[in-house]
Amino acid sequence: MNLTLRVWRQKNAHTPGEFREYEATGIVPDMSFLEMLDVVNEGLIARGGEPIAFDSDCREGICGTCSLVINGIPHGGQRGTTACQLHMRHFKDGDRITIEPWRARAFPVLRDLVVDRSPFDRIVQSGGFVSVNTGQAVDANCLPVPKDDSDLAMDAAQCIGCGACVAACKNASAMLFVAAKVSHLNLLPQGKAEKDRRALNMVKAMDEAGFGNCSVTGSCEAVCPKEISLDFIARMNRDYAAALLKGKFHAKAQAAGG
Amino acid sequence: MKLDAKIPSGPLERKWERYQLEMKLVNPANKRKFDVIVVGSGLAGASAAASLAELGYKVKCFCFQDSPRRAHSIAAQGGINAAKNYQNDGDSVYRLFYDTIKGGDFRAREGNVYRLAQVSAGIIDQCVAQGVPFAREYGGLLANRSFGGAQVSRTFYARGQTGQQLLLGAYQALSRQIGLGNVKMFPRTEMLDLVLIDGHAKGIVVRDLVTGEISSHAGDAVVLATGGYGNVFYLSTNARGCNVTATYRAFKRGAVFANPCYTQIHPTCIPVSGDHQSKLTLMSESLRNDGRVWVPKKRDDKRPSQEIPETERDYYLERKYPSYGNLAPRDISSRAAKEACDDGRGVGPGGLGVYLDFADAIKRVSEPVIRERYGNLFDMYEKITGENAYQTPMRIYPAVHYTMGGLWVDYNLMSNVPGLFVIGEANFSDHGANRLGASALMQGLADGYFILPYTISNYFASNKQTKAKADQTEFKKVEAEVSVRTNKFLAIEGKRTVTSFHRELGKLLWDKCGMARDEAGLKEALQKIPALREEFWRNVKVTGGSGSLNQDLEQAGRVADYLEFAELLCLDALIRRESCGGHFRTEFQTEEGEALRDDANFSFVSAWEFQGTDQPPMLHKEPLVYEELKMSQRSYK
Repeated sequence: MNLTLRVWRQKNAHTPGEFREYEATGIVPDMSFLEMLDVVNEGLIARGGEPIAFDSDCREGICGTCSLVINGIPHGGQRGTTACQLHMRHFKDGDRITIEPWRARAFPVLRDLVVDRSPFDRIVQSGGFVSVNTGQAVDANCLPVPKDDSDLAMDAAQCIGCGACVAACKNASAMLFVAAKVSHLNLLPQGKAEKDRRALNMVKAMDEAGFGNCSVTGSCEAVCPKEISLDFIARMNRDYAAALLKGKFHAKAQAAGG
Repeated sequence: MKLDAKIPSGPLERKWERYQLEMKLVNPANKRKFDVIVVGSGLAGASAAASLAELGYKVKCFCFQDSPRRAHSIAAQGGINAAKNYQNDGDSVYRLFYDTIKGGDFRAREGNVYRLAQVSAGIIDQCVAQGVPFAREYGGLLANRSFGGAQVSRTFYARGQTGQQLLLGAYQALSRQIGLGNVKMFPRTEMLDLVLIDGHAKGIVVRDLVTGEISSHAGDAVVLATGGYGNVFYLSTNARGCNVTATYRAFKRGAVFANPCYTQIHPTCIPVSGDHQSKLTLMSESLRNDGRVWVPKKRDDKRPSQEIPETERDYYLERKYPSYGNLAPRDISSRAAKEACDDGRGVGPGGLGVYLDFADAIKRVSEPVIRERYGNLFDMYEKITGENAYQTPMRIYPAVHYTMGGLWVDYNLMSNVPGLFVIGEANFSDHGANRLGASALMQGLADGYFILPYTISNYFASNKQTKAKADQTEFKKVEAEVSVRTNKFLAIEGKRTVTSFHRELGKLLWDKCGMARDEAGLKEALQKIPALREEFWRNVKVTGGSGSLNQDLEQAGRVADYLEFAELLCLDALIRRESCGGHFRTEFQTEEGEALRDDANFSFVSAWEFQGTDQPPMLHKEPLVYEELKMSQRSYK
């Protein structure tokens, strides 16, 4: 099939970008969306042009590197699917497809469709871990974890950190990403000791990185390739509120000379 | 050059413990004086960087991805082995050791493998403490599953995303150290060369993939955790960015490369659908716990699977290997699939596929149970093929998956270049000629969490160190070489794209040095590779500039290295005139078509030393000494 692509081209973070049109010819239904872009790029290089820069790595939906807004929807709108796993059989001959990078103030464009998602790393650095050094662990089975808790933690832990939630949100909020990590660790007994600090620190880091607030539209959940539930945001809000309250008590105790 | 593996003396089960006592330590207050460079942030790199920083070393960690969380360890699906014996089914350190040595077709070192089995249990403890949500039973205790090449259930898993969860555990530990200021992280930064001063590894030259800037970083030791070279075949289950550049550059600076011909072809991948294919996708080996592999008994049987009656199906793994059945090791299962397809009994387009059928398992335990065990894999299969594997059998075919070969290391995980350590898939040490399923995650984390932190201290404490600085002439010289090479790609202005060369090289290797190899084919490849390389340097077309983000330029550098490395791979396959594990020479097989080893002549590690461009590399042999086990013919019948 033959398609017309409208692609965002931008030289670097400091130069304004623009949409340009490309014809994609000879596309077959078994190609993934990124393989279709590979074909377009091969053609561009052959004609002496610069290929469209886009991020991808594992191409099997787990590394979270690919980051395309396709026809206005991050990852293209197939439920639970990353752009690399989106196949051309979902498009029709003659389709006109618009391809943009993640758009969010906290994710500046580096080139074309490539953005800088390092704020996600900084959020994790602020508290998305259990403080346990190598060698300090006790036997893995000495602390039973109810299967339901473990399964729910796994639902949250599945997040691939792609940033589609931010790209879909009209406020460019990172709440789903942060809530997934806070919930994953706060649900497990191993993460309990740092539960309050984690919620407070990660939310603070998120705010400092320039992400917007959550107004619970649910667009993040709708585009999440791992279908991470909005419920985790509610769960994080509860952990956050509890931590704030407990923090107030600590402060009083200290003021009283405790 | 004499390669000394430095395996400690004494009984196998006490070697590591005794060695730990003999190794020299660095005083906690002195650790902060040592700078360690870690290249790669997968399971091995991230776990090493985090553990070294926890100890007090100053660490710089580099990765080409946009975040350390994206390394390809993340794609490992099935699980991680550990000798916990939680299932009371007779597992032990010794049994894991034995299975790994046998699985590797008696081509790995006993000492290294035994140590791996010993530290395996601690890995599970560590990961659980980090919050890795392994699968659990209703009692709250950890669940296990079985994997190929083992008759016990020792594999721990997190749905079909075990690698992801383990990597996130290591990434979180690394992130904590970054936050504490003990690790400085350099994402989107690719190592392009190694710098030696007075024969010691003292730093690296890197390219910032966003700005194109080339710079140097000095350290007291360099740790390569840069993964395998499967992408030399173009199509593999590796991520697109995986490459041989870091290890190959180290090879060109004097590190010897061991067993490059040991490549693992994984039996259960989604078949190729066309020329546009950019990578192959694995379907976890764990599926073989419940799926049955079969092909029609008749040749060219074009009927849909459900119309082929039970009596006309050949469940060839169950038939040929009754005691292991569908859980025969990877090399054996792959070859059996190839045999069936070569015999004209393959299924799907081009006859390059076999069925992996879940109908019996669904009847036995119900569809919801299968969905819970493998749901995400079935979903992935449907996304790629458009077929529902709950209703029709999956079609699978072998694909390049893992490389057992890598830079040669001794028991300290240090290469022959002092100060250059190599961990994870990038080294050659533990899997012999074939890796068992769920052992890559185990090895990567064993190296990073529990082995390297000890052995690197020993290196620092027993070698008088002189601090290197990144503005020394040795660094400037290498920086200049890297710049010249980078600009050369842009100056060629030929007619063919980088990908077209890579694809041609990959096809050549797959045909001549893939699942089955022979002398004539290897010789042919060894003639064609230099010609292709010559054409590359004359006719490649790389557009754009060097001072900005240029993915085509990045790829050109990697493919240029593959075009040299491929020759080393074929040469190693040519001189190894025996079949073992993933290396199958058609001239050397038993009457039943199984791999025929030649222990009298080939029980050695082949380690290749670079001799200069356009010079054949020199072969060194490290004899494999078996003190505990007797080398025997592997049987899974």
